[in-house]
Amino acid sequence: MYQPQTRASLQPTMSKINIGQPERVLSLVGGAALTGFALFRWSAASIPALAAGLLLVSRAMRGKSSLYRAMGRNTAVKTNPRRVSVPHQQGIHVARAITIDRPASDLYQFWRDPVNLPQVINFIESVQFTGSNRAHWTIKLPGGMKSEFDVEVYTDVPNEVISWRSLPESQIQNAGSIRFRPAPGNRGTEVHLTLEFIPPGGPLGKAAMKMFDDVPGQYISQYLREFKQIMETGEKATTEGQTSGREKEVQR
Amino acid sequence: MKAVTWQGAGKMRVDNVPDPIIINPRDSIIKITTTCICGSDLHMYDGYIPTVRRGDIMGHEFMGTVVETGAGVTNLRVGDRVVVPFNIACGNCYYCKNEMWSLCDNSNPNAAAAEEMYGFSPAGLFGYTHLFGGYAGGQAEYVRVPFSDVGCFKLSEAITDEQAVMLADIFPTGYMAAENGDIRPGHIVAIWGCGPVAQFAIRSAYMLGAERVIAIDRFEDRLQMARDGGAETLNYEAVDVLDALKEMTGGRGPDSVIDAVGMEAHGADLDFWYDRVAQATRMETGRPVALRQAIEACRKGGTVSIPGVYGGFVDKLPIGAAFNKGLTFKMGQTHVHHYIPILMERVERGEIDPAFVITHRVPLTKAPEMYKTFRDKKDGCIKVVLKPDAAA
Repeated sequence: MYQPQTRASLQPTMSKINIGQPERVLSLVGGAALTGFALFRWSAASIPALAAGLLLVSRAMRGKSSLYRAMGRNTAVKTNPRRVSVPHQQGIHVARAITIDRPASDLYQFWRDPVNLPQVINFIESVQFTGSNRAHWTIKLPGGMKSEFDVEVYTDVPNEVISWRSLPESQIQNAGSIRFRPAPGNRGTEVHLTLEFIPPGGPLGKAAMKMFDDVPGQYISQYLREFKQIMETGEKATTEGQTSGREKEVQR
Repeated sequence: MKAVTWQGAGKMRVDNVPDPIIINPRDSIIKITTTCICGSDLHMYDGYIPTVRRGDIMGHEFMGTVVETGAGVTNLRVGDRVVVPFNIACGNCYYCKNEMWSLCDNSNPNAAAAEEMYGFSPAGLFGYTHLFGGYAGGQAEYVRVPFSDVGCFKLSEAITDEQAVMLADIFPTGYMAAENGDIRPGHIVAIWGCGPVAQFAIRSAYMLGAERVIAIDRFEDRLQMARDGGAETLNYEAVDVLDALKEMTGGRGPDSVIDAVGMEAHGADLDFWYDRVAQATRMETGRPVALRQAIEACRKGGTVSIPGVYGGFVDKLPIGAAFNKGLTFKMGQTHVHHYIPILMERVERGEIDPAFVITHRVPLTKAPEMYKTFRDKKDGCIKVVLKPDAAA
């Protein structure tokens, strides 16, 4: 049957190669040695050694590993840790959207002013510009801890998008973007916020984060809601500090 | 100040609590001169609505005078006499701008919880659970009104306190119920329940051109008040409602049906006892006895209007009857901000005196016992007005 070779149909075939070139050479050399060893020095260990050797040769020739696929590991695609703060398919990735009844220019200007961010995102203590596209962030961590890192703004299209990522020496590797696009029917601007980060604490931190995997999304939703409240109404809806009849407040 | 606080199912208490303070620039503080107990407060009193916390200040129907305004409020002055809608709305979002004030995007600080429950969050409400923001209510001497620049309606001398307080919820709610019934000249409207909202729905239905209104309840005093408003009445304990409605409408069925009862309906049939058990065991959160009957009674192509409050899930809704008769459903919390100016004008012109519904006037301190009287429908109790400044 004729199958047109479109980009879409080529994509999956190419992506099946998940072993990088250096690893394929090593696999071939190791596999050949193991196979030769098994064949020429026959013993009880020869059968498994032969099987392992042939497997290594085969994966070197084909460039594909089903084990890697199962593990989600890929050594064929190069990621440059110096340029990517959160490598592809690693870390926690959260994306949320909200529609705000204000022009994109107002929203962009608010977001571009570092003084405003802590109003919306409560884990940010401060943001200071240190260069034309560099900023120093101080964030609050649970338990009264703090973390500081430098961020570069690598995309800044006025009224459309701002994207940032942490610089390599940061304690918490993270990246994010905020995009603005007009909502249909004169309903203002759609705001799309994406954040990704590698949770502190290594694999343990990541596992802990996975257990509460809807928590980051809930936070992002709340930040967007409060951003909307400030932009549309000029204040954040709250009951904090209001009176009640709870025990500590009742005067008898 | 004194305030009515929720202390658990069946327990209301008048406590001395701190006076409210301005928190946001658009807040104002109102000294309350007249406030009410609403039928929907009874759902919390009876413990059928979750997310009420011990010590919450109740009440969402109130009026009074402005005693303090926030820095962002320029259209109100200290001393202004105002009525406040029961829903809190910002006036700036898509919903407020399109007159859907009870769906305000920005007034519920606990929107996340409401989104979990409903997908999206409606507006915050005064004194009506933490799902709707946990705002302190107005069965008190003072109240903080957020977004007071759009949430306080100034009153003319022509309107009394008791007339004004009916504009905070029940008159607009009854009026919107009638509007949602899509009433045209010549239409016959059937209304389940003869509580305060239904009383206003009866009178509003006639204002909107209904030919006849049939009201259904089991309490003679309530049925009498309905007849005073021009309705024909049915006592569901004495007659078969479905047969009676068919006969009274020449075999067609009512053009509009209004469920002014909601989640704690009573009934004479077996399904009422089914629902009592299901609700008591938390299999459902509402007993839609009135709603089921209304759907069944409605003529083909008719409209079902639901002002009665529902909070969660109901069982055995006859969706097949609704679908195959091609019914239209309209419902929701009242867009009070939209209706107050319209209805205030009708009151000022003398078309209606909304204070007709009041049966009990007591000091605020008597609120706990009045909750019980109102819930048990004792002593001819239909509408309770509380006076914070009256001596106990």
